[in-house]
This record gives sequence, C-alpha cells and structure tokens, in this order.
Amino acid sequence: MIADAAKPATTSPLEDVLSVTDRGLYCAAGDFYVDPQRPVDHAVVTHAHTDHARWGCRRYLAASDSEHLLRMRMNKDAEFQFLPYGETITIRGVRVSFHPAGHMLGSAQVRIEHRGRVAVAMGDYKLDADPTCADWEPVRCHLMITESTFGLPIYRWKPNDVTAGEINDWWRANRDAGRCSVLYGYAVGKSQRLLAMLDPAIGPIFTHGAVEKGVAAYRDTGVGLPPTRYVGAVEGKPDWSGAMVVAVPSAHGTPWMRRFGKVSTAMASGWMAVRGARRRRALDRGFVVSDHVDWPSLIEAVNTCDPETLWVTHGYSAVVARYFQSQGRHAVVIDGRSRSEEEDEASSSSSSDREDSE
Amino acid sequence: MKRFADLFTALDSTTKTNAKVAAMADYFAAAPADDAAWATYFLAGNKLRRLVPSKLLRQWAAAEAGIEDWLFDESYHAVGDLAETLALVVPPGESRQDQSLTHWVQQRLMTLRGREELALQRAMAEIWAETTVEMRLVIMKLITGAFRVGVSKRLVTRAIAQQAGIPTDVVAHRLMGDWKPSAAFFQRLVDPDTLDTQVSQPYPFCLAHPIDIEKGPESVGEANEFVAEWKWDGIRGQVIRRQGQSFIWSRGEELMENRWPEVEAAAEQLPDGTVLDGEILAANADGTVLPFAQLQRRIGRKTVGKKLLREVPVVFHAFDLLEADGQDLRLQPLVERRRRLERLFEQVDHPHLRTTELIRGESWQQWAEVREGSRAQHAEGLMLKRRDSPYDVGRVRGSWWKWKVAPYTIDAVLIYAQKGHGRRASLFTDYTFALWDGDTLVPFAKAYSGLDDKEIRRVDQFVRRNTKDSFGPVRSVTPTLVMELAFEGLQRSTRHKSGIATRFPRIVRWRHDKRPQDANQLSELLQLLPEDA
Ligand SMILES: [Zn+2]
Ligand SMILES: [Zn+2]
Repeated sequence: MIADAAKPATTSPLEDVLSVTDRGLYCAAGDFYVDPQRPVDHAVVTHAHTDHARWGCRRYLAASDSEHLLRMRMNKDAEFQFLPYGETITIRGVRVSFHPAGHMLGSAQVRIEHRGRVAVAMGDYKLDADPTCADWEPVRCHLMITESTFGLPIYRWKPNDVTAGEINDWWRANRDAGRCSVLYGYAVGKSQRLLAMLDPAIGPIFTHGAVEKGVAAYRDTGVGLPPTRYVGAVEGKPDWSGAMVVAVPSAHGTPWMRRFGKVSTAMASGWMAVRGARRRRALDRGFVVSDHVDWPSLIEAVNTCDPETLWVTHGYSAVVARYFQSQGRHAVVIDGRSRSEEEDEASSSSSSDREDSE
Repeated sequence: MKRFADLFTALDSTTKTNAKVAAMADYFAAAPADDAAWATYFLAGNKLRRLVPSKLLRQWAAAEAGIEDWLFDESYHAVGDLAETLALVVPPGESRQDQSLTHWVQQRLMTLRGREELALQRAMAEIWAETTVEMRLVIMKLITGAFRVGVSKRLVTRAIAQQAGIPTDVVAHRLMGDWKPSAAFFQRLVDPDTLDTQVSQPYPFCLAHPIDIEKGPESVGEANEFVAEWKWDGIRGQVIRRQGQSFIWSRGEELMENRWPEVEAAAEQLPDGTVLDGEILAANADGTVLPFAQLQRRIGRKTVGKKLLREVPVVFHAFDLLEADGQDLRLQPLVERRRRLERLFEQVDHPHLRTTELIRGESWQQWAEVREGSRAQHAEGLMLKRRDSPYDVGRVRGSWWKWKVAPYTIDAVLIYAQKGHGRRASLFTDYTFALWDGDTLVPFAKAYSGLDDKEIRRVDQFVRRNTKDSFGPVRSVTPTLVMELAFEGLQRSTRHKSGIATRFPRIVRWRHDKRPQDANQLSELLQLLPEDA
C-alpha cells in the first residue's frame, strides 16, 4: 500500500523541509538533522550503522526496532526516543514518521512532512526479502533521497533463497571434506542476516565476538536466529571441522583464525558480484549478499515512489543521477565525493567506516 | 557447457596450484574427448579470433540492458574486464538445455564469424537469453578472446598428464605446435603409447632462471659444475630437419615460415632427424652480433625483402642438440649433447649456422670479469648451464641460469597514472615517468611493476589526492614522487617524445629520499645509449 502525500493548496518550499548542509541533511522547520555527519543536538537516524548513526549527538530519534542496537553502539549520555514504524510525531509543526527500509533490523525511511510537502530520506535500503527485518514499503513523496552504493547495472542480486542455497552447499561440501567454514560479513546487520540464511542441520554455528554482540541485540528485539556459540567462550580444543564460523572481515588472516585448522573462507557482500573484488581479498569464495538496493530495485523504488525531485547520495551518485535525468526525472547529486573514490574505499579496504556497504 | 563453466569458476576461485591441477584433472576425467580437446585449447591460451567486433558487443549489451552507452562505459570502468561487464550488465537469461562445450564452440560461436550485423545481433541476443551469469561469463570470454583464468600451459599439461597417467614431457611435446581441437586429437594426446613424433613437432623449450644479481652465481653452485655462454638478446628458436623438411619454431610455439630464409637454407644442410635449439641473431658475415635494434627491423615482417636481407643478415647460433639421427637426446647430459653438437657441425658448414661459443673460465671471478664486457658484445650477460643436466622442461630448477649484467637505472618522476586491469582494476597501478629536460619534465617510460601491494595503495591514494587533470582514464598528477627505474636496454626512437625507447622498464624502488628536482636529466639517459644503437 502506498501512503499518499496530501496536496493542500499552500505548500512550503523544499528548503524548509530538507536541505543539504555540511553536517548532513537538515530540516530547518523542525530544527533537526537526518543521519548527521557530525555531532548535533537533534539527530533523526535511519539505522544503527555508524556511517548513519554518528556517535556524540545529544538526542537521537529512531525507529523502535533499532533500540537495542542503538543503545549498544551509541554514547551512554545520549537521550533516545523511539517510534514504531508508521506512527507520526510532530516536531515544531513538522510531521515525522518511520517506514521500514528493509536494510537491517530497525532500519527506516524517514518521512518528513511540512505544510503539505513530503520528503523521504531512505537511508540505506533494499527491496529483497530478509527474515531479520521488516520489508521495505514504498512511500509516495515529493522529494526522495536515495542511496546509490550499488547503482550500476552490473549489480543484480539473485533471490535470497538461491544465495542461501549456494552458501549452505559450500558449507556442506567443506564439512564433508573435513574443513571449517569461515564466512565473513559485517558485524551488525549482514552477519545476522547470514545466520538466518544458514541451515543449522548441517553443523554447529559459531560467531566472532563482534558478531555475537549484534546477535544478542537481534535476539533481544525478538528476531529468530539459529543457535550460535561465541568462539571466545569455547573451552578446550574442539574439533572445528564441519563447523560454520561467522566472523568480521578484519579477522581474515589474523592469528585468531589459527584455531580453526583447515578452513575455507568466504565473504558475503554485494561487491562479490565482481571477480576483481573477490580475488583482491584472497578468499576461497565470494557470495553476493547485499543489504542495499541493486540496479533493478533502485529503478523500481524510484518509479514506485515517483518523486518530483530525486537526491542521490552514498555511492555511484553521479551515475544514478545522470541515469534518472536521462529518464526525464529531476535528479541531483548531493554528495561531493566522486563515484570512483567511494567505490574504491568501500570495496578495497576493510577498515572503511562505511561498514554497512559491504 | 555447465561443466566447463564450473571448471572456470573452480580455477578462478583458488590461487593454489594443486587445487587448480586437481580441478582440471577432474574435468578431463569427466568430459567427453571433444570437449576435453576444446578445454585444452582454451586453457592453453588459444583463442577464437574475431568473432564479433567488441564495439558492437558493447552497443548491443547496452541495448539489451536498456542503458545508454555512457552507462555501459561506467560499468566497464568499475568491472575492468569487458567479458565480465557483458555478462553482468545484460539481465540474466535462463539456461533451458545444457549443450556441450563443443556444441557451443562449433555451432554457436565459430558460426558467428563473418555474419551480417543484423543476424549477428540476433544471435547474440539469443545467447544472452539462454545463459545464466556464470555460464555467460565464460561464453563472453570465449567470444572476446580474453579467456585467461590463471593457469599456464604447463599447468594444463600437468593436469592432463596426471589424469592420463603418462609423463608430463610426453603431453607437453604432443601439445607443441599447431593442432586442431578434436576428439581424435585429445585421444592421441592421452595415448599411453608414447613413441610418437610428428614430423614438424618441436620440443618444449628449456627455460633459464635468473640469478639474483645481489647474491651472485655462488648461490647456484660451484663454477666447475657449469659451462658459460653469452646470453644473447635475439629470437630463441628450434630448427628442425626431419624427412627432408625444415621447420623453425619460436619459443612462443609459432612456426616461423619465410621469415628467416638464410636459416631455412642453412637447415637443408642438416641430416634428417636433427633438432637444434639456439638463438636467431642479427650478425655480420664474420659472426659479430649486431644490436637487438637491428634484429627488430626483421621481427614482425611476414616476408623479408632483398634490401633488408642484405642490411640485416641473421645467423642461427645453435647451443643445444635435442635430436640427432631421429633420437631424442634430451636425457643425455649437457656436455654430451654439446659434444655431439660440435661433431655435427664438423660436417655442416654454412655461414648462417654456427654453434655458440663456450666461454672459458675456471672461477666465478673470471666469468664475472667476462660478464662485464657483455654489452660490448650486444649480449645481456652470461648463460650458466649445468654440465651434467638433461634438457629440462621445468621440473627441476637450476639446470640453466641467466646471469644478466646489472640493468640500467635512473631516477624519474611520476607524472601520469592510469588504473590497472583485472585484479587491480580499481587501483592506479600503471604509471608514466618523466625526466628533466632543462626545467620541463619529458615523459620517457611507462612502468607497471615493481611496487608491493602496500606501496601501490599509497601511490593510489597519492594519485587521487593530487590529480591535476584527467584525460580519459589517464590522470596527470603533481610531480612529487621519485622512483628508481631499471631497464634492460635503450635505443633511439623517433616515436617517443624523449627520443629514446626503453626496454622492459620496471620500478626498482620508491626513492622517498629524493625530491622531484633531484631526479635525473634526460641528457643523462641519452649518455647511456650504446654508441651504435
Ligand atoms: Zn550506509
Ligand atoms: Zn547501512
């Protein structure tokens, strides 16, 4: 169902609803920022990834489902307010509500309405099914702000169950060859989705410390995940062959890995769609699992929400904006960073702070 | 085709040699002989040439994907590999029926050649509609002729030998030269009866390993275990005389016909059942070797005119005898083969055929002194060959060593950078270097290799932060970084702005200690030019 934007006679200019500042997206009428890049007083955050929920703000407003994750990751002296999906809060006459973005647990599109003008900041989002979070919902708007992490036609995701089948086949083959499977995914969001894709009948599942914290927050929120054991809590010298270990990519090639004996390693990331990115990491396998929109979903989302104006950020912004311009839309790039820099940072360095784009 | 696509994926997803050999051996065990022959053909680096112009492929893929050309180009830029971009950009198709590799190659791909544009476009659309991404990647690689999957011909040879249970040498020999992939060919390839020789077939070449210049030859053994020859800079080749016919093969396993008429004429003097290994060199009638630049005038010419024949005569310097009286001598010790080579040359006298000189010496010290004079002889250094070694095809390391003279080195400034391909598609890895001519920097060499991964990333960062200008894929950067470059040779060139062409330039080290103004002058490079080059 599409929530419709009412169109009364008097409308407010777009700048009152949202504008681009060097601290991030700013709603002047409501005096708050959406996913600010620096500490501010009032932050509305789309989700708990650190490139969106920055440390050090005084107050955070976020979707209810992200409560456990945000409290785990943010400064203790911060004030939090949480709002269920679909409920509206009014801030200085500006109506604010959260709608599922399908990116990870608690991820939300922020709908901001001021005097009949509606802006939707999508944050990170995907349209594919994901049992660990609520499904993306289209929200009609005048202004849509979309990410473009995988905004090239080379990125097309397979259905979730197909990829899950590939991962489980790999795990099973490793088990049969007496190897331990180590699957890398980002600590929060990706790892938990991977756990939900695994078939626990194949063998025991273990987690890296950074992953385990996120798992606890997911379980506390009520997301069903298969049983896992934290590697650090395992006593003695167990037989790891046949086990699945879900770890963060930065663990690759560290002494921490030695305990597992014979391993096969794999990375789960949207970047794995391209062989070069796969091979650069010296992994045995790469699985294409992404929590961002692929090319067809991006087009579908924009056409469904049908905004008058499209702002593009977070990735292949220039490419995506140019594409939609060629389709007759008013599309604008709102980040100064060039496409290739973004892509390279996120795809070649695991220390990138854009942790979620893996 | 699925089996072959799976093999590609298996080879592509491991860097371990043994895993690659095992994957190939499994494939050869399971595949029908005709598929196995085609797989061998492609894995060994052969291509189907000119099936579809890549410009058209790009246009049609963009049309299938519903995108404009610029967006295809952006995609290509991100992927760094045309076949892969073609595979990814077009929405995935569905493979309804799995046809064999042979069917694909012979019925679907080779039939593309020379077709009308419209028919070609329709055929490509059908191929895209019938292929999943994984299978399509392989097919696009076959069509674009860029089928490389990190296996060498040697590795393929090993896999086939392992699977068939016959010696690697036999398989390597049978894979030499020209052959057409067919079931019959593959059956012959794995035939356990190993007493075969085809009349034109050369032997796999014995390759030399480089001696670490810093460590010196002491690291490979005692001087009295070796003989020394000049390391010539020419065209390595085998001259075959069998059943009244002559064949000259290059090390790249190309049959060189009509290119070296003097050597062909000379080969007629050889008795039947003779195979020589040696080097084709530009040389005067008295035997003195001319610089490589002279030989280069004849390289690449399919036929040679009278004038050129007169100006640049060539001589085949034989240094090994692989077959005599139709008998394979490769397992005999080097000194024995040399003895028989000399005996053969007592009977054969032709100005364009000679044995290479053995350089007298009793100690490394003596040879080190001789080696200093290499450049004056137009040699690259010395070859050291173990006296008792068989003619070896890479199983044991250390039969032949090349002890080159220290390369030329010069400090230059990095001025342009471009992204690499394949594995390094997203990093700036290809650099252009310049030297000072007064107060301007003149580009003179491109270098791709020599830095480690960490340094490459640092240069990459530098390029991104210091780009002054970009023209297409090339970025011009603020002249800041100084690197020491080494190269094997120099020659004058009118095609280069600097007036000089370098051979095999590479980066020796990053000179963090030098500022751009400390880099060398172009005039200093010109001083390194050999007198007569
Ligand atoms: Zn993000
Ligand atoms: Zn995110």
